Amino acid sequence: MNTTAILINLFAFACLFISFLNDKKKTQQSLKVAIKSFIRILPMVFIIIIFIGLLMGFVPQHLISGVIGEQASFGGILGVALLGAILHIPSLISFPLAASLLESGASITSVAVFITSLTMIGVLTLPLEIKVLGKKMALLRNGISFGIAILIALIMGAIL
Amino acid sequence: MKKTSKDTGLKRDAILLVIVFIIAIILLSLFPKKQEPVTTESWKFFVEMIWILPGVMVLMGLFMVWVPKEMVEKYLGKTSGIKGFSLSILFGALPTGPLYVAFPLALSLIKKGARISNIIIFLSAWACIKIPQEMVELQFLGTKFMAARLILTIVFVVTMGLFIERIIEWNNKKMANPWEM
Repeated sequence: MNTTAILINLFAFACLFISFLNDKKKTQQSLKVAIKSFIRILPMVFIIIIFIGLLMGFVPQHLISGVIGEQASFGGILGVALLGAILHIPSLISFPLAASLLESGASITSVAVFITSLTMIGVLTLPLEIKVLGKKMALLRNGISFGIAILIALIMGAIL
Repeated sequence: MKKTSKDTGLKRDAILLVIVFIIAIILLSLFPKKQEPVTTESWKFFVEMIWILPGVMVLMGLFMVWVPKEMVEKYLGKTSGIKGFSLSILFGALPTGPLYVAFPLALSLIKKGARISNIIIFLSAWACIKIPQEMVELQFLGTKFMAARLILTIVFVVTMGLFIERIIEWNNKKMANPWEM
C-alpha cells in the first residue's frame, strides 16, 4: 500500500466518521450508495485488469512506443484523442490503463490526451447534451474540448 | 426506469467480463510462456485498485447523499465572476452523480439565468475534474502528472467557458432567441 492509498483511505474514514457523528441515517444511505457503485463498477475493473495483463504480456513494447511513444507523429496523437472521445470507459478505470501504457513505452502526451478527451468529450452522451443544451452550445463545448485535450497534452509532454 | 437501465448495464458488463475472461484463458493456454508475465501484471494492478476503490466509493457515496442537487442549483443560479467560476468548478468536481444527471441540472440553471460561462465550466468540471477521479489519477500516475493536468484543465475550461459565452451572446444579438434552434 503506498502513501496515496493510505491518504485516500484515511480521508474516507475521517469523512465517514464526521458524517456518522452528524447523521446516522444519511451515513447509512451513503454506504448503500457506495456499495451499489462499487458493485456496478466491479466487472469493468476486472475487465480492465485482465486487459492490462494481456496488453503488457502480449503486445511488444516497441510496438506501443512506436505508435504512441515519444517519437509518435501528430497523427498518432490525433488518433488517440479520437479514440478517447469515442470510447466510453469509466474514467476511474482509465487511469490504471493509462499507467500500464506509460509503463510500456507510451509518451506522457499520448496518455494525457487519451484521459482528457475520454473524460471531457462524450460522443455517446452528445445526443442528450444537444437535447438539453441545444445544438450550438453542445457542439461548441465538445468541439473546443477536443482541441483543448490536445493542447493540454502537448503542454504536459513539454513540461513533464 | 433509471434503475432498469442501470441493471442492464451491469448485466452487459458482466457478460463482457466473461467473454474477456474466456479470451484470456484461451490465449494463455495457447501461449503458456506468457502466463507468468500476464498474471503478474494483472495482479499488480488488481492490488493497486483494490486498495483505493473502497475508500473512493465511500467518499462518492457520502458526497452524493450530503450534497443535494438543490444546493448546487441554489448557489450556481446567481453567482458570477471569480466566485462563480470557483463554485462552478467546485460543484462540478464534487462526486454527485453521472453526467446524465448534470444536463438537466444545467438546463434548470440556464432557466434560472445563470451565466453561460458558469454552465459550461460546471459541465466540463463535472465531466473531467471529479474528486474521486483525481484521487485515482494521483495513485496511478503520480503527483506531477495529476497536478499539471488538473491546473491546465481548469485554466482551459474557464477560458472555453468565457469564449463560448461570447459566441452565444454575440449570436443572441443577431437572433432573438437562440434556444429555439
